[in-house]
Amino acid sequence: MSEVRSEADYSEAEYVEAELIEGEPGSDADENEDQGGDESSPDAASSDSTSFDSADFDSTLLDTQAIDVVEIIESDPDARVLEEHVAEQEWTREFVIEDEPGEDPSPAPEATVDAPPEPRIQSLPMVKALNAGLRRALADDPRVLLMGEDIGPLGGVFRVTEGLQKEFGTQRVMDTPLAEAGIIGTAIGLAMRGYRPVLEIQFNGFVFPGFDQITTQLAKMTNRHSGKMAFPVVIRIPHGGHIGAVEHHQEAPEAYFAHTAGLRVVAPSTPHDAYWMIQEAIRSDDPVVFFEPMSRYWPKGEVDLVENGTPLHASRVVRTGTDATIVAWAGMVSVALRAAELAAEEGRSLEVIDLRSLSPVDYGPVIASVQKTGRLIVAQEAPGNVSVGSEVAATLAEKAFYSLEAPVLRVSGFDVPFPPANLEELYLPDADRILEAVDRALAY
Amino acid sequence: MVATNEIPRPANTVQLLTADGRFQPSETSAEYLPYLENLDENDYRTFYRDMVRVRRFDDEAANLQRQGQLGLWVPSHGQEGAQVGSARAAKPQDHLFPSYREHVVGLIRGVDPVGIVGVFRGVAHGGWDPTDPAIGNFHLYTLVIGSQSLHATGYAMGMKLDGKVGTGDPTQDAATIVYFGDGATSQGDVNEAYVFAASYQTPQVFFLQNNHWAISVPVSTQSRTPLYLRSSGFGIPGVQIDGNDVLAAYAVTAKHLDDARTGEGPSMIEALTYRMGAHTSSDDPSKYRSDDELAYWAERDPILRFRVFLEEQGVGQAFFDSADEEAADLAADVRKRTLALTPPPVASMFQHVYSEPHPVTEEQQRWFEEYESSFGGDA
Repeated sequence: MSEVRSEADYSEAEYVEAELIEGEPGSDADENEDQGGDESSPDAASSDSTSFDSADFDSTLLDTQAIDVVEIIESDPDARVLEEHVAEQEWTREFVIEDEPGEDPSPAPEATVDAPPEPRIQSLPMVKALNAGLRRALADDPRVLLMGEDIGPLGGVFRVTEGLQKEFGTQRVMDTPLAEAGIIGTAIGLAMRGYRPVLEIQFNGFVFPGFDQITTQLAKMTNRHSGKMAFPVVIRIPHGGHIGAVEHHQEAPEAYFAHTAGLRVVAPSTPHDAYWMIQEAIRSDDPVVFFEPMSRYWPKGEVDLVENGTPLHASRVVRTGTDATIVAWAGMVSVALRAAELAAEEGRSLEVIDLRSLSPVDYGPVIASVQKTGRLIVAQEAPGNVSVGSEVAATLAEKAFYSLEAPVLRVSGFDVPFPPANLEELYLPDADRILEAVDRALAY
Repeated sequence: MVATNEIPRPANTVQLLTADGRFQPSETSAEYLPYLENLDENDYRTFYRDMVRVRRFDDEAANLQRQGQLGLWVPSHGQEGAQVGSARAAKPQDHLFPSYREHVVGLIRGVDPVGIVGVFRGVAHGGWDPTDPAIGNFHLYTLVIGSQSLHATGYAMGMKLDGKVGTGDPTQDAATIVYFGDGATSQGDVNEAYVFAASYQTPQVFFLQNNHWAISVPVSTQSRTPLYLRSSGFGIPGVQIDGNDVLAAYAVTAKHLDDARTGEGPSMIEALTYRMGAHTSSDDPSKYRSDDELAYWAERDPILRFRVFLEEQGVGQAFFDSADEEAADLAADVRKRTLALTPPPVASMFQHVYSEPHPVTEEQQRWFEEYESSFGGDA
């Protein structure tokens, strides 16, 4: 299993981030040799990598690597993919520079926990927003614990927990043995003891060794105890595709968990939501499966560090329109918004709803929207068969039947194993696939 | 003859009572003997009563099952020595995580036996409230094999984080003990629990009752290595005891729990015992095990052995009669109250699925109540 994981570290996006932040470049040969050891190699560990050291920073290296990645991307025939990844790359460059101490006079978000954050509105990538949300939760409640593989000195393979162990200690931020059932199962015991464990599952496809403890134990524990004990366990799982990674790393397994009574399932699509939803999930007395769209880890977005605005389980209209409604969540929200922009150029007005909570689903805004538009397309990265999208479609058929001018259509991943990365942009629904469904819905 | 299931019996199995009940500690028991000094004759009598009570309770529950009053029963007949000794070794502040056969452990910690029976009558998934101080930190039964081992390990991690280990205050220092069987040792969860327990040095005793059969599969299919040796590969010292020797079970568990509480980390006890009855009321052990094997273990019955010991201590017939009477009273009371158990209210199906309000369960409960009431009267 560890060989499989270490290959994840060479998915291009993560590779870029890992290398930049560690300040530890490698020749091509080094990269290959490093497969067994991943970033927690002795070199990385010895460089005090929990905080970025400007002395190690080499901007020429950054540029070189950026070019490397762009070249990789340019070999991709799909121009949109190039655009996306270059955007991410630009962010990466900007982000690392901003993080460099001494050059940026504005305080890093993590520097302010107790004092009101300055400035209140910050432009952060989702990984940093999650980091800030976790930091705040750790600071606010001593019962909050972070557990997971590689979340300590490394800060997680996506660096979401970067610096947190250094700040809160090894008893609050625990690197665990490499065993997902062990992580979930011991978290259940810790919750019984009054702790509020927040668990990091390294990649979506690696949650399944812990699936039994999640579904037969964690999900049923409150019920088995007739409500006498609460089980406030948050399971963070990176979600979805678009990062060019190997098998088991890009899946969208939300349906398994949404199907299971006793779990709550949420998925932010923006840095602002990520910052607030992770804190709300941690405050919830119920188990929460928290999906983090990997394709949205790196683009920046505005985070209001003072005011949330939307409760954890609320869905939200993120673009208003009149001709058809697109429901999406996690990484598909930005794809749906792009589709809406393209449609607008053709004179079509699409409304986009970010579902945010997959269990329970807040149907109110969806029903209201369909009552207005008469048409609904559900877009998801997951395979369509027995999916959250299927449930949304069935429910809207029941609750908004007389408002519907066309069948509810689903735009999904295919019912095949997630394909090799060279094919992922064909597997994953893109704006064109959504617009094709819009065409079909409007043809009725 | 135990040919179907013979495991090399090491010479170092800890035993205090011989198979016929004479007090004759094995050489390996020296370090545990001081723990017997905690016990007086009243404690011995309590051990005996515990074992007799649960055997009679167990018979009554089996009868109730055969009479259609329980959907299923899980007999503990034969394992009373391991269970009573280990449970009596735990302190009030310890937490006990059972599998689903540790009836007497529950009774000793304060669980109402009708709560246990209720689980098998289909009135509740958890028949008691582990947060109730009267229940003595006896957690709920867990039916997925081995799952509870990780919960016990996590709980012990929490005790350690809370600073309840190695403080030097014997009323504060706490530990967990988790019960599991020979079949569970093949499960990933038990092995992961060993890993986590060793890594975090939890205050914890793994108490394995090797009753030699996982339903119909002999322990030789689970392991070719004596199971007490397995944990040492994880960095957790293990010891094998005669599990049908209540004194050995007490003394060894008491020492290992003490060590755990004082910060010496986790340990593992393999108690060699035997499930005299079926796995559950649903199976037929005559299909997979021999009469000879059964006879071998019947000669080592934990209650009979301990009775010989007590008689040698001068305990008279009157005590044994009173213990039987007390057990019969318990069984009669359990029978009466079991038959009076009523189905849980329909609403309970929807309640406590979540700790916080949940629109879906609320809506479905509302719908179902309206649906039921649409039939009128007392539907």
